[in-house]
Amino acid sequence: MSTDVRDRIADYLAKFFPVTDLQDTDDIFKRGFVSSLFAMQLVAFVEQEFGVTVENEDLELDNFRSIASLERFVTGKLAAPVAR
Amino acid sequence: MSTLLGRPPVADIMLDDEQSAARAEFADFVDRAIVPVAGDLHRAQRTPPELIRTLADVGYLGLPVPREYGGGGCDAVTLGLLAGELGRGCSSLRSLLTVHTMVAHVLARWGTREQRNSWLPRLAAGSSIAALALSEPEVGSDAGAVRTRITPTDGGFLVDGRKRWITYGHVADVFLVVGRGPDGPTAVLVERDRAGVRTNLITDLIGIRASMTADIRFDQVRVPEANLVGRVGLGTTQVAGTALDLGRYTVAWGSVGIIEACLRASVRYVNDREQFGVLIREHQLVRRMVSDMFADYRAARLLCLDAGLRRDRRDPTALPAAALAKYRASTAAVRAATDAVQLHGANGCSDSYPVQRYLGDAKVMEIIEGSTQLHQVGLADYAFQEFAAVSMGSQP
Ligand SMILES: Cc1cc2nc3c(=O)[nH]c(=O)nc-3n(C[C@H](O)[C@H](O)[C@H](O)COP(=O)(O)OP(=O)(O)OC[C@H]3O[C@@H](n4cnc5c(N)ncnc54)[C@H](O)[C@@H]3O)c2cc1C
Repeated sequence: MSTDVRDRIADYLAKFFPVTDLQDTDDIFKRGFVSSLFAMQLVAFVEQEFGVTVENEDLELDNFRSIASLERFVTGKLAAPVAR
Repeated sequence: MSTLLGRPPVADIMLDDEQSAARAEFADFVDRAIVPVAGDLHRAQRTPPELIRTLADVGYLGLPVPREYGGGGCDAVTLGLLAGELGRGCSSLRSLLTVHTMVAHVLARWGTREQRNSWLPRLAAGSSIAALALSEPEVGSDAGAVRTRITPTDGGFLVDGRKRWITYGHVADVFLVVGRGPDGPTAVLVERDRAGVRTNLITDLIGIRASMTADIRFDQVRVPEANLVGRVGLGTTQVAGTALDLGRYTVAWGSVGIIEACLRASVRYVNDREQFGVLIREHQLVRRMVSDMFADYRAARLLCLDAGLRRDRRDPTALPAAALAKYRASTAAVRAATDAVQLHGANGCSDSYPVQRYLGDAKVMEIIEGSTQLHQVGLADYAFQEFAAVSMGSQP
């Protein structure tokens, strides 16, 4: 499950970071190729791909910074009971 | 009005039955309630409250608001079809739909439970009208540089500054204001009836002249903490970003509406006007203008439909798709309206034909929701996203 989440995130980010050496802990916001709307696209991707809802309080850079942090965030979301 | 074009077959092939029926309903409404008065609104430079009421009563202002809040819960394609038809009839009223739904969308997406429960039913019913207050006298394209201060105080915020070019700002009941706080860009709701809010109508615009566009002063306006929208520091990316994404989408559709209106007027005119002993439709250079308009219409419409379908799938590519559609449709609308005026000759320069109105309206579409130049600079990023992986991957 978790590796699946990781792979789907890595696959998506591969579209934006063509360099093949993107490590799981690399800070994607420091790698370039990032437009100002990229963060919102990332939010849309996470919601669509994993069926979770990103809330106000989730909008921390630390949740979106790297493959590893996105994986942690998504698995946390998937495990949490839905509250809205 | 019977259409010389009929229902556009290629575009409609992407719609399901419900969407096609919705479009027919919107088109009928626009033909009956808007087309006959659009020229008068333009000349009077105002939208009568009764017309806003009518739009609200038929449910159009709340069409995309989720059903649980009393809205129509429509999909993005249907919202686009509405914007397209409204834009065909009157760009001012289409811009009302744009600003009102931008704010509703932000609240549905990022609003607190209290904000959603308090505002969405009113926005859905159109009993409250909402406007987006981002631009300022000194700040437009560089939205992150807004100067209006939103300062935390006891139990809330103090809003102080000036906003300009706020569509329907002269009649809106609530403003989504994007300003600057000590911790960065911040967005709050400001109700019109709060002490210190003053709006002034801006007249004699080149286009959307009935749009009740206003200059707004917020003079030490106090709002409660509960009016904060989204996160402090994310007023531009999160709040304005979400609003403008939808705004670009409906403006793109509105631009398609303008092109369609240009086509209808032009086709009618060239089939009626004679010069050199023949209908002007026989002249090759006239035909060229109609051909270009037609090609632009189809292309822009398909880009809009594509953006809508992606939105409905919650696809992350919906964002660049809307930007692309806005860029193409608004620039095409200016071309179409320029040619429509040209085809009408002197009549096109007069107030007796609607095409001069279309030209002014189209020009505004190129400036709002990210100008043509900002798109020309920015869209390349999406090309890099889409093609960099391919091209760089193939490098040795
Ligand atoms: C009728 C009308 C209604 C409006 N309604 C609203 C509303 O409801 N709410 C709201 O907040 N705002 C509204 N606006 C304001 C609108 O969003 C701004 O006009 C728009 O963002 C452009 O800003 P500006 O007019 O300050 O032009 P500027 O940003 O000063 O731009 C001037 C010129 O410079 C170009 N330019 C600027 N930066 C760059 C760059 N980096 N690269 C290349 N070229 C550049 C622009 O393309 C433009 O051609 C409205 C405007 C109009 C005309």
